Amino acid sequence: MSANYEPNIVAFLCNWCSYAGADLAGTSRVHYPANIQVIRVMCSGRVNPLYVMNALQQGADGVLISGCHPGDCHYMEGNFYARRRMGMLKDLMEFVGVDPKRFHMSWVSASEGHKWKEVVEKTVEDAREAGPFEGFRRRQIDW
Amino acid sequence: MTEKPKVGVYVCHCGINISATVDVETVADYALKLPNVEVARTYSYMCSDPGQVLIKNDIKEHGLNRVIVASCSPRMHEPTFRKAIQEAGLNPYYLEMANIREQCSWVHEDMEEATAKSKKLVAAAVAKVRLLEALESKEVDAEPAALVIGAGIAGIQAALDIADAGFKVFLVEKTPSVGGRMAQLDKTFPTLDCSACILTPKMVDCASHPNIELLSYSEVEEIGGYIGNFDVKVRKKARYVDFDKCTGCGDCAAECRVKDRFPSEFDQGMGKRSAIYLPFPQAVPAKYTIDPESCLYLTKGKCGKNPKCQEVCKAEAINFDQEDEIVEFKVGAVIVATGFDPFDASRKPEYGYADYPNVITGMEMERLVSASGPTGGKVTVFNGEEEIEPKEIAFIKCVGSRDASVGNEYCSRVCCMYVAKQAHLIRDKIPDANIRVYYIDVRAFGKGFEEFYDRVRRENVRYIRGNPSEIFKRGNKLVVKVEDTLTATPLEDEVDLVVLGVGLEPRADMREIMDLLRLSQSPDKFFLEAHPKLRPVDTATEGVFLAGCCQGPKDIPDTVAQAKGAASSAMIPLARGKVMISAQVAEVNEATCRGCGFCVNICPYTAVELVTINRFGHEVEVARVNEALCKGCGSCSAGCLSDSIQPKSFRDYQILPQIAALGVLK
Repeated sequence: MSANYEPNIVAFLCNWCSYAGADLAGTSRVHYPANIQVIRVMCSGRVNPLYVMNALQQGADGVLISGCHPGDCHYMEGNFYARRRMGMLKDLMEFVGVDPKRFHMSWVSASEGHKWKEVVEKTVEDAREAGPFEGFRRRQIDW
Repeated sequence: MTEKPKVGVYVCHCGINISATVDVETVADYALKLPNVEVARTYSYMCSDPGQVLIKNDIKEHGLNRVIVASCSPRMHEPTFRKAIQEAGLNPYYLEMANIREQCSWVHEDMEEATAKSKKLVAAAVAKVRLLEALESKEVDAEPAALVIGAGIAGIQAALDIADAGFKVFLVEKTPSVGGRMAQLDKTFPTLDCSACILTPKMVDCASHPNIELLSYSEVEEIGGYIGNFDVKVRKKARYVDFDKCTGCGDCAAECRVKDRFPSEFDQGMGKRSAIYLPFPQAVPAKYTIDPESCLYLTKGKCGKNPKCQEVCKAEAINFDQEDEIVEFKVGAVIVATGFDPFDASRKPEYGYADYPNVITGMEMERLVSASGPTGGKVTVFNGEEEIEPKEIAFIKCVGSRDASVGNEYCSRVCCMYVAKQAHLIRDKIPDANIRVYYIDVRAFGKGFEEFYDRVRRENVRYIRGNPSEIFKRGNKLVVKVEDTLTATPLEDEVDLVVLGVGLEPRADMREIMDLLRLSQSPDKFFLEAHPKLRPVDTATEGVFLAGCCQGPKDIPDTVAQAKGAASSAMIPLARGKVMISAQVAEVNEATCRGCGFCVNICPYTAVELVTINRFGHEVEVARVNEALCKGCGSCSAGCLSDSIQPKSFRDYQILPQIAALGVLK
């Protein structure tokens, strides 16, 4: 692992809570690492577990999914689905040998700009410890 | 998608909000090299009129059919730019925004890092925008009626405004009478208007208005549907008194076997009421209610030979068999005006509120000075030995406000002024009283407030800067232990009465409303508005608006102003008669759907159902989406085994390229 390795994090944020919380972090000028790139979805329940695998395969070193607090979902129960799916995915990832530190799930509400900063810092720090991810690279096939 | 995508990328400086941290020119140059990008420009304020004109001209000149604006959050300006490209003839859903302000320039300091991140966000936006589809928003009819929850001054004002404009209003109040907290107040600062005198006409109006259906002693049980078409279910709790027969004469309360045994909620527990009661003399509706928790007959099943109230009621209105009633109706908009709870002073045990009868709260003082209060307006207190007229009186401000130790960091905005007002009222009633106010700061910010504060000080009310640490008893006096921080003098001040200037807190039962309407809380735990500056009465749920102290502490003028604002916002869909429903709903590919029904089970809105179709001569079941019910969350899609159900604008084939762009570009 090179000393100046910077992990590349892809984050999926629900529109109503976490994305708004990340916006609030911006409005409040809370600073956090630039390693994180956000993809906005309407609900954390939209995130197909395969997106996580896909992100790791495409070159992400860590993935974060963040939604509304349990019970506060704008769509009533989408974050419960997300929680189940991602819990299962996490077990599966451990089983196939992916460091679970690469994968985080959090609940950040629209008013939790500071919590968003903490979540990002933790995610980046864990991904940094886990090192560059090479596990799912597509094999070069010579014909 | 027959035409080749031609993308225009517009990078905003946002003054220096973005350009101070992100090298916008580099981002634009980079964007120009991305596939399908025809034009990439920067401009100081993309959202301004010239900025929008720039985009519109490019759409026409370069034949652009996709637009990316790299600027602020889409939660801020997506509607602005959708409208702009629509005016230039593009489908409004051919827009993607890259959030390089809230989630880049404002949160990162290093220009190199922030610029690199902006490039990636723009690349991801390009990857997605090429694959976006044209969508048509649909219009549906809006029910020309509104629901107002809570009938304090905020709810009453909002209901009256909407009803006066000609729309039906359902005004739901939990307690037996409308009026709320304002009805409990004696005078209002700074004008010293009698609170009841200015409120009661409005209370009567809202009960008699032909367009208002007042549902008192009722609670909202369920709200379904969406803006324009909310389905509401309200529980009218049993009063055990026939609403139409009761004349409000009060014979029942006078004869009740447990007459004046229970603390009156309206008098903050200082006065007493019977089991059958009218909360206060001016209550609207003027109908009696039996409290099922204190009535002998309802708790023990027996009240003498016959319940007294039933014996004396000439109108034969008492009905112990009455049951809760469910009322259902449809509305186009909802206003939440559920108010606040006063801070529970026993959470500051050092002030001895729970221990000493002569430590009282501001709300209790309000009832004590009121002519309609438990003492008829005479200020007397029990000092532990005898009932006395207090001569030494101390007020303590910021009790439960600006106090992180109880979790309330905010200022409650009314305590400074109600304390000044109560000091003035006591000065009137007890001219030789020695009154002092312990304060941290005096915030007299409103119209006429500073002048009033000045007047009160001239009436020989001493303001002493210091936050008392403790109150304890010495003989028949209370001792306020405090440091006068202006002179750095520790004081032990002996007084007869301490009034705690308690702050305002979110209602303990606000969770119920949050769950009903999918509302969020701000850090102070009051309801969260859609935007703190520009959408102060809106919520994240379309068609639901906030009025009054449920959104944050405020005084009566601010509450009334906000109620009027919420009323006018709520009337927009009602007056138009139509609302736009989002086009970003889920769609099923019937060719690949295998009809397993997973999505049907997942959908929280029952928007998906299985239908039978004929596929090449075979009857098969497939899922179908009801677009009016679907809210586009996409939970169904992530659970679909064959990726057949997809939310428009957030389809797999639109998100996966975004992931690829962010992953590959390290």
